[in-house]
Amino acid sequence: MADQIIAISGTLGATPTQKADATLLERIQSWVATVDHKRLGILYVVYSIFFLLVGGAEAICLRIQLAFPDNHFLEPGVFNRFFTMHGTTMVFLVGMPILFGFANYLIPLMIGARDMAFPRLNAFSFWLTAFGGLLLYFSFIGGFGLYGMGSAPDVGWFAYAPLTARAFSPGHSTDYWALALIVSGFGTLGTAINIIATILSMRCKGMTLLRMPLFAWLMLVVSGLTLITITPLTAAQIMLLIDRYLGGHFFDTQAGGSAVVWIHFFWIFGHPEVYVLVMPAFAIANEIIPVFSRKAIFGYPAMVGASICIAFVSVSVWAHHMFTVGMTSVSNAFFTLSTMLVGIPTGIKIFNWLATMWGGKIRFATPMLFCTAFLFQFLIAGLTGIMLSVSPLDWQLHNSYFVIAHFHYVLVGAVVLCIFAAIYYWYPKATGRMLSETLGKWHFWLFIIGFHITFDTMHFLGILGMPRSIYTYEPDRGWNTLNMIISIGGVIQGIAVLIFAYNLVWAYFRGRPAGNDPWDAWTLEWSTSSPPPEYNFATEPVVGSRRPLWDLKHPEDPDWRYEQ
Amino acid sequence: MGQRMKRRNMGKSKSVRALLGIGMFVGWLQTCFAADDSPKAAPINIFSPSSTPAIEISHLAVFVFCITGVVFAVVAGLLVLVIFRYRARKQDDPSEPPQVYGSNQIELAWTVIPVLIVVVLFLATARVIFAIQDAPKPASALDVTVTGHQFWWEFRYPKLGIVTANELHVPVSDPNHPTPTYLKLMSADVDHSFWVPELAGKTDLIPNRVNELWIDPLRTGVYLGQCAQFCGMEHAKMLIRVYVDTPDGFASWVNNQRQIGNQDSAAQAGRHVFETQSCINCHTVSGTVATGRFGPDLTHLMSRSTIASGIALNNEKNLHDWIKDPDHFKRGCLMPAMQLSDEQIDGIVAYLSTLR
Repeated sequence: MADQIIAISGTLGATPTQKADATLLERIQSWVATVDHKRLGILYVVYSIFFLLVGGAEAICLRIQLAFPDNHFLEPGVFNRFFTMHGTTMVFLVGMPILFGFANYLIPLMIGARDMAFPRLNAFSFWLTAFGGLLLYFSFIGGFGLYGMGSAPDVGWFAYAPLTARAFSPGHSTDYWALALIVSGFGTLGTAINIIATILSMRCKGMTLLRMPLFAWLMLVVSGLTLITITPLTAAQIMLLIDRYLGGHFFDTQAGGSAVVWIHFFWIFGHPEVYVLVMPAFAIANEIIPVFSRKAIFGYPAMVGASICIAFVSVSVWAHHMFTVGMTSVSNAFFTLSTMLVGIPTGIKIFNWLATMWGGKIRFATPMLFCTAFLFQFLIAGLTGIMLSVSPLDWQLHNSYFVIAHFHYVLVGAVVLCIFAAIYYWYPKATGRMLSETLGKWHFWLFIIGFHITFDTMHFLGILGMPRSIYTYEPDRGWNTLNMIISIGGVIQGIAVLIFAYNLVWAYFRGRPAGNDPWDAWTLEWSTSSPPPEYNFATEPVVGSRRPLWDLKHPEDPDWRYEQ
Repeated sequence: MGQRMKRRNMGKSKSVRALLGIGMFVGWLQTCFAADDSPKAAPINIFSPSSTPAIEISHLAVFVFCITGVVFAVVAGLLVLVIFRYRARKQDDPSEPPQVYGSNQIELAWTVIPVLIVVVLFLATARVIFAIQDAPKPASALDVTVTGHQFWWEFRYPKLGIVTANELHVPVSDPNHPTPTYLKLMSADVDHSFWVPELAGKTDLIPNRVNELWIDPLRTGVYLGQCAQFCGMEHAKMLIRVYVDTPDGFASWVNNQRQIGNQDSAAQAGRHVFETQSCINCHTVSGTVATGRFGPDLTHLMSRSTIASGIALNNEKNLHDWIKDPDHFKRGCLMPAMQLSDEQIDGIVAYLSTLR
């Protein structure tokens, strides 16, 4: 019983962060040279939000081009560059870094540690990721190589061989793409190792693996999955560069190489990557939904088990991106089945979230609004995923706007909505100020309306035979009105994101002071001051259950009495 | 208890209304689309199939849509119910609700039900996969070799000795005496994908690899499709037109295509320009010195209704504009502007116009 005594420290002992009168240069230096997990986490998030705006602007340009048939807003080459950069940016410079940013900031706080296991590796990983992004965007200036030859990469974010061979992609744009992803990939691997080491060895007294917040659990699973997924991508990029510069023939079909091998490599990375992106979204929902429903998470062990199960199954489904490359009927059947199986643990998660909300007293503050919308969008995303796993149906819908709609439902409807939720939820912890609820609700409603106008409509275009990656279409194809609707929805989402960006800046200076625990939450990060001191906790906390602050607030009804 | 029942009913009626709203939105979208119809070509739709593989797929799709639709209605209904029934209200007392940590029986229940749904879906899918992919090829099948190029399609009929481009002609298939067409898919450069939604699902054309696809169109007409795998700058302008002819119509088309290029002396001047410029390095006109294979075969150019892979109608003005500057229609296509004078181009167009 000794470890069930609640002793949360840090709350009373914490002194506010020293704000010495530093010069601007000293302040910049303190951010560049920092190894503090919280500062690195903020750097990750700020960096990703910057690229979210860039990638979003690219998407708006794409939608303006497609709003009308035979439009000339973007040249074909520029359109191809923009959709390549939009995809690459959103996956590698927004999705992964922002989720790792949250992990960086929150995991030590949630498990009662003072920093990550390897603080300097942490800083190194961030700067690798950051310079990877800059390298990718430098291609707009430096990618020419030969006069008139491309600038930014224009081979699609999937970069199917042999379009990436020097014969079809002269100049240096494809090299920038490969090198930038290798560099940021090493940064990602470093962070993943760091997260695993931190979670396994830095937990505070009393925090057994089954008492960890689900956020930490999911990040542990995601980091393990990252080690599996990023390595084949990095290997494939190196093979591609060998092909391009050292006379290799891995993907060189003119010399007996195989285009299909690239597709395998890419999707062995690419599909688990989807789960690398979406499981942190689950992690965020796992923290926010219970707090705003005022109930403990329903079925904690089932949630942990489902997450591990998803990670395992997700490495055996990659070829569902390849139903059209001419696999045998048996392979097609196998990957249909394995893909459908992912739906089962994912369904368990959705049901557990619903059961958590069931019987609660749900407070619909902005973070919870985003999480509720996430449940709805993710349900649809999962069901269209089941449709696409049906390989004969995929023969029709693959590479059509239906697929675009499906994965934007996952990546925007699940991942981006949870990112917004997380920012509204933890911004007070990181800055000490609340974001505006009024602006938050404007942001939420505009974004959701825009989202549905855009992505619901895209499903219909796929059914009407519009393929992805086309820069224009003829006016007699019957796609005009729907494309116009999609573009209008895109602009509405753009406005919502600008409101969000304004809210972030406004609240930093004018927001209401948050206090330590503005949401009346239960995990350890809310026991320390906002923003937390550099050392996080004055003394190491000791926890006795999954919700240490619940135990503290409800000594008459503590959790440790009920947890198995 | 009575009050409790009342509250539950309220939640349900709201969820029903939300669903109705979604249905109306979908209906509204469909009317938007219907207003878009232009008389030229009926827009394609995977749910108006005309060939066995596409019909099988659309039946399976309806089945899958129904099952996923029911799942959606149940889960989304629960979500809406939870939102309205358990939202915090001002009159609520500030105490925390009862804490529930989980239940193994419930977890088991909502694991088993999805497993059953997956089994049903998988069996239905597997049947269609094998029915389409492993269908035996009848002796009466027509063979066509399709080669994808940046950014056009080459069609060869090996048993008939025909070579053409961008417009595929196949005979209609009578279900009692099926004459399906088997397409052998290859690529000369990068990955492409052959997609004519109303005839079959798509299959990729991958260099160094041979894929297969079959269709057995049950109705005559023109079917539109296009490349569905990003293949470079002009991927968007790589359209496919499939002409499904009556058996007689197909026989006379074949008969015409098997002739060598027109040797009429009417357009000698233009023919001279054509044969003394670089045109012949890339294009073939059978029976002449033009034997290039990088570009489309022009032997019966005038039998096609479009040029540049379905982007422009095949008429004298468009041919002129195309030869003068291919970028005018298709910026980034691989045919260069040859810097010819207008007289030279007029001559070439006059010559091409004789290639019926």
